[in-house]
Amino acid sequence: MHSFGYRANALLTFSVTALAFICAIASFSDKFSNQNPSAEIQILNINRLKKQSYGNDEVSLTLDISADLQSLFTWNTKQVFAFVAAEYESPMNSLNQVSLWDVIIPDKEHAKFRIQTSNKYRFIDQGHNLRGKEFNLTLHWHVMPKTGKMLADKIVMPGYSLPDAYK
Amino acid sequence: MGWIGETVDSIKSIKIRQLLTQAVTLGMIVTSALIIWKAMMCVTGTESPVVVVLSGSMEPGFQRGDILLLRMTKDPIRTGEIVVFKIDGRDIPIVHRVIEVHERKTTGKVDVLTKGDNNDVDDIDLYADGQMWLHRHHIMGRAVGFLPYVGWVTIIMTEKPIIKYILIGAMGLLVITSKD
Repeated sequence: MHSFGYRANALLTFSVTALAFICAIASFSDKFSNQNPSAEIQILNINRLKKQSYGNDEVSLTLDISADLQSLFTWNTKQVFAFVAAEYESPMNSLNQVSLWDVIIPDKEHAKFRIQTSNKYRFIDQGHNLRGKEFNLTLHWHVMPKTGKMLADKIVMPGYSLPDAYK
Repeated sequence: MGWIGETVDSIKSIKIRQLLTQAVTLGMIVTSALIIWKAMMCVTGTESPVVVVLSGSMEPGFQRGDILLLRMTKDPIRTGEIVVFKIDGRDIPIVHRVIEVHERKTTGKVDVLTKGDNNDVDDIDLYADGQMWLHRHHIMGRAVGFLPYVGWVTIIMTEKPIIKYILIGAMGLLVITSKD
């Protein structure tokens, strides 16, 4: 009962259990953090609204994004992944969500920012429904912990619209 | 010379009973592991409640060797979710983020586009030839939790199978010798 094998086995089992317990507690502590992120997005310019050669509409726009996500960071946070998506409805689809821009925020210092950028990813419709389209811009964030449960949420900002004609 | 035969017989019979008991114990251990695995599958609603991250395409959030805990619910798939999917005809599950969703009014079916956080381009090249979108049946689960480094055990065992055999051999030896 006191051989090396038994001791190694007992040690391993205990350390794995203790580690699992610590990870669970670390994750649980995230529940107590008070989070109030804020964001604002303005469309600076619609650069192009065109119809592609095989029929789908494509938009290119420049956004002014300002956000304060500092309250999302706890000691158990590894990074926050934030992205802006456009949401709209079309005759064929009850919901379309297209991600326009994203960023990886590695720490609290970088979590309050203002950036002006054109869309990182192409905004292409399934069809040609974008003229005069009204859409929401949503800022999503995804908190990735050092260990444990991931948390995601978003702010929806309605009331944006595209021009009525191709340009 | 009958007593030699008698002794040999009694030794043989003890060994058989002991061997059987150990075999049954080993069988019970393996079966309980299987039961736990199947129960996890039921609770999380997915075929593989745990996956190991194999590539660096989601860095720095998920590194190679991390373990992801998955869950699959009937909730609709939305952008931002980290999903695990399999391409038809390929075995390896891929863990990436959903960046585009188009949901049909009439059928409720979705077209989904994914991209790894650390990749420059979306996954369209990863999909099967001619496939432009992922659909719900490709997606095995959403990542809801995360444990760092623990998956290295699986990676090592897959890439150097000799270690797997050594480990299982050692565990088997431990069970057998514990009946001393």
